[in-house]
Amino acid sequence: MSNVLKVENVTMQFGGVVAVDNLNLEVNKGEIVSLIGPNGAGKTTAFNVITGVYAPTNGAVYFNENKIIENHPQGKMKKLYRGENNGKYHTSLAPTPDKITKLGIARTFQNIRLFKSQTVFENILIAKHCRRTSNLFTATFHLNGKEEAQMREETEKLLKILELENVKDELATSLPYGKQRRLEIARALATEPSLLLLDEPAAGMNPQETDELTAFIGRIRDEFGLTIFMIEHHMDLVMEISDRIYVLDFGKMIASGVPEEIQNNPRVIEAYLGGAADE
Amino acid sequence: MTKKKETIINVSLIVALLAVLYVMEHTLPSTAMIFTVLKKGAIYALVAVSMNLLNGFTGLFSLGQAGFMLLGAYTYGILTIPVEQREFVYMYYDGGIIHFSVPVVVALVAAGAVAAFFAYLIGLPVLRLKSDYLAIATLGFAEIIRAVFQWDKLGPVTNGSNLLKSYPTFRSVIFPFVVSGICIAIIVMLINSTYGRAFKAIRDDEVAAEAMGINLAHHKRLAFVISSFFAGISGALLAMYQTTIQASMFKSAMTYEILLIVVIGGIGSITGSCISSFLFIILSEWLLRFLDSEMYIGDFKVPLLRAGFRKVVFSIIIMVIVLFFRKGIMGTKEFSVRGIYNFFKKRAQRKNAVQGGDSNE
Repeated sequence: MSNVLKVENVTMQFGGVVAVDNLNLEVNKGEIVSLIGPNGAGKTTAFNVITGVYAPTNGAVYFNENKIIENHPQGKMKKLYRGENNGKYHTSLAPTPDKITKLGIARTFQNIRLFKSQTVFENILIAKHCRRTSNLFTATFHLNGKEEAQMREETEKLLKILELENVKDELATSLPYGKQRRLEIARALATEPSLLLLDEPAAGMNPQETDELTAFIGRIRDEFGLTIFMIEHHMDLVMEISDRIYVLDFGKMIASGVPEEIQNNPRVIEAYLGGAADE
Repeated sequence: MTKKKETIINVSLIVALLAVLYVMEHTLPSTAMIFTVLKKGAIYALVAVSMNLLNGFTGLFSLGQAGFMLLGAYTYGILTIPVEQREFVYMYYDGGIIHFSVPVVVALVAAGAVAAFFAYLIGLPVLRLKSDYLAIATLGFAEIIRAVFQWDKLGPVTNGSNLLKSYPTFRSVIFPFVVSGICIAIIVMLINSTYGRAFKAIRDDEVAAEAMGINLAHHKRLAFVISSFFAGISGALLAMYQTTIQASMFKSAMTYEILLIVVIGGIGSITGSCISSFLFIILSEWLLRFLDSEMYIGDFKVPLLRAGFRKVVFSIIIMVIVLFFRKGIMGTKEFSVRGIYNFFKKRAQRKNAVQGGDSNE
């Protein structure tokens, strides 16, 4: 199996704080992989590195076995750097988030970030912008009618598949919470990704909504031929749908493996599940 | 209502408007106040819409509009002064260094292009800034431009702090309406295109927009450059309307006037900007004029009325709007034939429902 995403020796240091420390992980094609860990473990930071929001302090990220991000400590960070593998990387490759999205990595956010003044339909239509072939001139003078029609058609199709059809003309923010989450995923799918990153998709959901989401994630993986990498706190959800799990604590990877291994790993129980079991 | 029908109605409305203007021009005396209002209103509508594209649709709070209008006005003037007139206009600078002139339409496009070019250059550093900081930087730029154009050393081109005059102007009120109309139509088409949607996405949430593959730097620059292009054209129109150009005209107060129009009309509404620009001009040039002159009713001198009082009244109106009608006239809605049609249709349906009749849908 070829890996879709490979994170190699990634360290992210803010000033003197090492948020992610020498992270190595791989996500293979068609898998659902979860990244778990206590609050402040550096999960979202890892996501932000992969999606180009932060350039890592050191390390590299590969997508479909092509290097997309690489960095090494520079400037002031040369002295401050406390991570490992200093000197292993020499070039600096830091694309902006929009370029990463164009490569085929889409993401959702921990706190929902929809386009508030737009309808459900428009929210998804906007995401189609990055796959346009028209330029400013042809778009302004509506010479790209065919493409525009195709964008709208694809959006309709996506709405149908994700069962958001009946609310398509409503304002995105007027939807109930669960549907807003679903819309955010739909919007990410509209950018035609092959790898989908979900940042706590079940945050703030009730058990019933979580169950629905679990089925939903499995379904879109199959339907869109996706690979899914997600951060999640709901252990039921994680254990049920993950093919593999990585566990972060204080920026360091402390365990990885299939759900059963993780459940029985003493370090994980101590760091994370232990606390939950006491409740 | 079908799309075709809607287009027909819209086109006939535009034709009707132009016809009315034409008739008015041939029946009313050319000094009538209404023409001043219409001409200036059309010009301000264009610049207000261009500012709205930036502030209302892309979420970039820029206050450089007067600076770009100045660039447009000067470009237009410099390029169109007839060769034989240059000696008189540039009398302190030996007739200037430019010895050709171009047709009006070419000069109008050039006015926009020069403003857009400067916007591109300025955009490189200042578009990294956000909200208030961007406003301050662009405002500063506008002031700098104004000072530079009055600089003596640039006299052979800009005529220093002297007037530019004798360039071709318009007499008919139809000219500014047509030019502004075309420009506003292009802006509307842009906003309705996929790029317009990307602009709105940036306004709503930059982080999400970027994660959806929208290149922030590129799109912000586009909006800034396009907005400045049309501000440049409106500057050229304003120069034609005023028949003389002087850098000191384009003070930051002008930007505030435009901002005021945008706010009154509704940030994020094209038709709102158009309506409020005419409203603003009618009030400031016509209806509120009496506030500036002393008035006697019999022997009684009406208190407070004196030069400058108009500004006081205006300030109060602004405060009332900002405090109580923050959305402006239109909010983010648009005024359209379809909208009116749907409104009446709904009303008719409701009426039918109340009477117990069948609704049509």
